Amino acid sequence: MNEALNDLGEYISAAHAQRVTGFEVIADELIILCNRDAITKVLTFLRDDQNCQFKQLVDLTAVDHPSREERFDVVYNLLSLKLNQRIRVKIATDESTMVASVADVFSSAIWFEREAWDMYGIFFAEHPDLRRMLTDYGFEGHPLRKDFPLTGYVEVRYDETQKRVVYEPVNLTQEFRSFDFMSPWEGMLHLPGDEKADAENGEEGAA
Amino acid sequence: MAEQQIKPMTLNFGPQHPAAHGVLRLVLEMDGEIIERADPHIGLLHRGTEKLIEHKTYLQAVPYFDRLDYVAPMNQEHAFALATEKLLGIEVPQRGQYIRVLYCEIGRILNHLLNITTFAIDVGAMTPILWGFEEREKLMEFYERACGARLHAAYFRPGGVHQDLPAGLLEDISAFCKTFPKVIDDMEGLLTNNRIFRQRTVDIGIITREEASDWGFSGVMLRGSNVPWDLRKSQPYDCYEELEFDIPVGKNGDCFDRYLCRIEEMRQSLRLMEQCIEKMPDGPVMTADHKITPPRRADMKQSMEALIHHFKLYTEGYHVPPGETYTAVEAPKGEFGVFLISDGSNKPYRCKIRAPGFAHLAAMDYMCRGHMLADSVAILGSMDIVFGEVDR
Repeated sequence: MNEALNDLGEYISAAHAQRVTGFEVIADELIILCNRDAITKVLTFLRDDQNCQFKQLVDLTAVDHPSREERFDVVYNLLSLKLNQRIRVKIATDESTMVASVADVFSSAIWFEREAWDMYGIFFAEHPDLRRMLTDYGFEGHPLRKDFPLTGYVEVRYDETQKRVVYEPVNLTQEFRSFDFMSPWEGMLHLPGDEKADAENGEEGAA
Repeated sequence: MAEQQIKPMTLNFGPQHPAAHGVLRLVLEMDGEIIERADPHIGLLHRGTEKLIEHKTYLQAVPYFDRLDYVAPMNQEHAFALATEKLLGIEVPQRGQYIRVLYCEIGRILNHLLNITTFAIDVGAMTPILWGFEEREKLMEFYERACGARLHAAYFRPGGVHQDLPAGLLEDISAFCKTFPKVIDDMEGLLTNNRIFRQRTVDIGIITREEASDWGFSGVMLRGSNVPWDLRKSQPYDCYEELEFDIPVGKNGDCFDRYLCRIEEMRQSLRLMEQCIEKMPDGPVMTADHKITPPRRADMKQSMEALIHHFKLYTEGYHVPPGETYTAVEAPKGEFGVFLISDGSNKPYRCKIRAPGFAHLAAMDYMCRGHMLADSVAILGSMDIVFGEVDR
């Protein structure tokens, strides 16, 4: 299984040496890392090439890594019915850089890209219809970004005097409780207060 | 004489229309009674499931999956459980796998019963829904007896299923499998050769296999267009490999073929259920690793370690090694996938839910163009849309 995936990964990187930056196999799944500007070309190749035939774009989504310089990963999940094979293509981008839309390559991308725009604020260039999708009419912000609070910024309420629904800033009677579970049970490797012991060990190691 | 000009009209369909299957707002641009453009507005049921899951432990994320496609809740849990198990690298005991598959197939019948009957009521047939919902009630009773809840089960947990089946349940499910084919026959008698039903569905909403692939269709929507593709066969998970079943495919890819596929899938599900009951092995239903699955209550009275495990599991949860996976199951509506990224903590870093209905509804505009207004209802009905999963 893994060997076949490795072969396929090597085949794709060889065919697109300039565009594909690398590939990896995690948990029996092939991931192709690709240059942002080349995504349309690479996906067209994956769709049309005889040895690939990934005719279905099953899913398109994004992942937010706020600590990175290019904070977003755009992830394309492809499926080949002929070869019974899945593949994942990843590109990186940030808030201001446009990504080429793949709506011409796969029609299913139209809504998936709209959703990614709505949730993350990733702008897809030359998308036929880039409107918000899941959020409210007139919503501001991109809720799946890691810096967007879970509770959001506004809440709605029906106002009896104005006879309509009004938006107000969120007013929580109790803060959302987020516990720090990095306990010594399994998660944490270094106990707080052990810095001194570590430092001593380190000095011994150096000596 | 100048031809009379008909003004183009914009029609708002839903969100409170019963044929909109929930909260779909469909903005239709009409030329007379012909649809020129259909613009579905979704998101009225958006609850931010993916964001919530990022703030919950892996176990606490399970109940959110019931609330996606609330017609067949356990099939969704299955996808999440498989994804988490893949990252954790654990195996489910045989009995656990068989119970899961048994309940997935019950879920498939639950879903198809609801879809076929509501589809029928949309195009004018009243009786099937009355018959079908009686059977759904029986099936939900099986859900209740296994896990205590009719709908929101939270039964499939990473590592297996929450608890073993009570005594006598398998016999009752087996008895149901004997009586249910008669109900399918009755329902078919009302619909399959019914002239009105055929007029409303045959050659309506045709989609070819190339178009279906292009739009990312899966499940019955793909099989209706003559593509023999089923994840249970092609990428089998749990114990599907050991069971025998056939995949029905349609010929023309119209609404009527999709209806026929669903009818046949119910019969195949019954076959699978009977095999599961027959082959059901004895043994544990969950992995014995108590770092991931809770210990037995009796053990907690005696064993200090069991008590600690229980406490830690229900407060902190377990930590999942870093990694990522896209795991999909054949849910009744199509390919239901979970793209799970773990950063090594006790909460998922990212959990993207790939709902089959989302991709199907995206093609609504494409499929409706040039059809009559009444056909849009038939197309929507045959797509099998549930807004819990489309909006997430």
